[in-house]
Amino acid sequence: MSNTAMVEKYRSNFLKEVAENVEEGEWVRMCMQCGVCSGSCPMGPHWEHPPQELFMMIRANKREEVLSSSSMWMCTSCYNCIARCPRELPITHIMHGLAHYAKRLGLAPKENPTNKFSQRFWDNLTKTGRVNELKLGLSLYFMNGFVEGIKTALKMKDVGMGMLKTGRMNPLEILGGHGVKDKSGFQAMLKKAQELEAARVDK
Amino acid sequence: MAKKEYSFYPGCSSQKGASSINYLRSVETMCEDLDVQLNTIPDWNCCSASIGYNGGGELPRLVLSARNIALSEKNHPGQDIVSPCAACWLGTRESQERLNHNDSLMAEANTALKEAGLELEGKKDVRHMVEVLIEDFGYDALGAKVKKPLNDIKIAGYVGCQTNRPFGIDGESFENPKYLDKLIETLGGEPVENYDKKVSCCGGALAFSEPDKSQALIKDIIESAYDGGADMIVTPCPVCQMNVEVYQDQINAKYNTKFKMPVVYYSTLISVAYGHNAKDSALDGQVIRAKQLEEIAAK
Ligand code: SF4
Ligand code: SF4
Repeated sequence: MSNTAMVEKYRSNFLKEVAENVEEGEWVRMCMQCGVCSGSCPMGPHWEHPPQELFMMIRANKREEVLSSSSMWMCTSCYNCIARCPRELPITHIMHGLAHYAKRLGLAPKENPTNKFSQRFWDNLTKTGRVNELKLGLSLYFMNGFVEGIKTALKMKDVGMGMLKTGRMNPLEILGGHGVKDKSGFQAMLKKAQELEAARVDK
Repeated sequence: MAKKEYSFYPGCSSQKGASSINYLRSVETMCEDLDVQLNTIPDWNCCSASIGYNGGGELPRLVLSARNIALSEKNHPGQDIVSPCAACWLGTRESQERLNHNDSLMAEANTALKEAGLELEGKKDVRHMVEVLIEDFGYDALGAKVKKPLNDIKIAGYVGCQTNRPFGIDGESFENPKYLDKLIETLGGEPVENYDKKVSCCGGALAFSEPDKSQALIKDIIESAYDGGADMIVTPCPVCQMNVEVYQDQINAKYNTKFKMPVVYYSTLISVAYGHNAKDSALDGQVIRAKQLEEIAAK
């Protein structure tokens, strides 16, 4: 479903939209605004709106502001919040869910590096079933364009050499590398999962 | 003791020529001594490691783990799934719990799995390698095999996030889990007391996308180990190991520090203490060499 269709469908009930469409989104209703989660994020100072604030904004219908925020892309999946939340909200998953939903509707901040990285990670793994660290690394260096890529690659040269010398990086991976044998089954499974999920969101 | 067998999920970073192949090598060495047989899950796939959420929605990410569990059920009935990787362990265990908790997601996952000729029951115990050591062997049994104690080495046990939260190891607290400290003691080493950054985050996958912000976190983790008098850091997680070890030069350049702190796996410590050489203990996989361990291994 497109962004405009969703706006149309939910009018001014963003909380309902989140509950029905975002991974673990129904939990947002349970938040009691204690703020414990917001004090838990390792990159806290870099969050435009920490989790508790995002939950408040969802209730306050600040749809655009929430979905276009870079906040949830700052989540390191450290699970501090889940371990501490007195209401046991699966906050980590809600952050991933909000990020995915924003991306799906085309509202995610396009230049956010974790947005780019996360997409590359997914593309990389779904191609063969396993992550190819070399190709992932290279695509990452070049995600901001060619010139930036060369600069990053040079900056990372020593890290790369360290990995190469210790056998923890294999330049031949560029030729293909690891993957599952049953690639067709693997990809058919993912395709089916994507269809089922799309059908659920479109309902 | 009879041979113990497990259904083994190594994870992407333990593949040949990947960033934690040294981890796998030391795990294999350690397991041989403990008479543990690791049966690799045939044709396992990536679990998406808490970062694939951009392209992958909830169900597509859940079926990644579902496929691995289904393959384990089919090929290794009766064996617990064991992973050495924190993210793989967490992702697999959590996915199974979430599917068991939600009938319609479980049904959808099975519809998708059918496309790959598989079916999920969802009754596997999914465990981290450290749990096998502590629960199935115990500190005393692990200590009985020590041939070369790690005398006079002071080690900071960096537990990090994902082997700690949300599941924890051996029922220990999230704030101050002791299992790495106890393991260090078991091997004859000296754990750093009150290691301040023991359960702090290294940035995880964001070390790639947000390097400056992550390196600020990593700097504190290393600094606090130095403050505690550590000779090296030990970790149970491939992401922690790589993040804390390989960016030290960049951090030094940025913060004017002089870090040169080796960061090893618990399996490396165990392999060395059990009397293995540098190669079998994977000491050649250290970007920052652990000289004290090399000396013990050469003795
Ligand atoms: S810790 Fe839980 S209840 Fe408190 S603000 Fe965060 S999500 Fe809400
Ligand atoms: S898992 Fe994400 S949202 Fe939760 S404390 Fe860590 S960074 Fe913050």
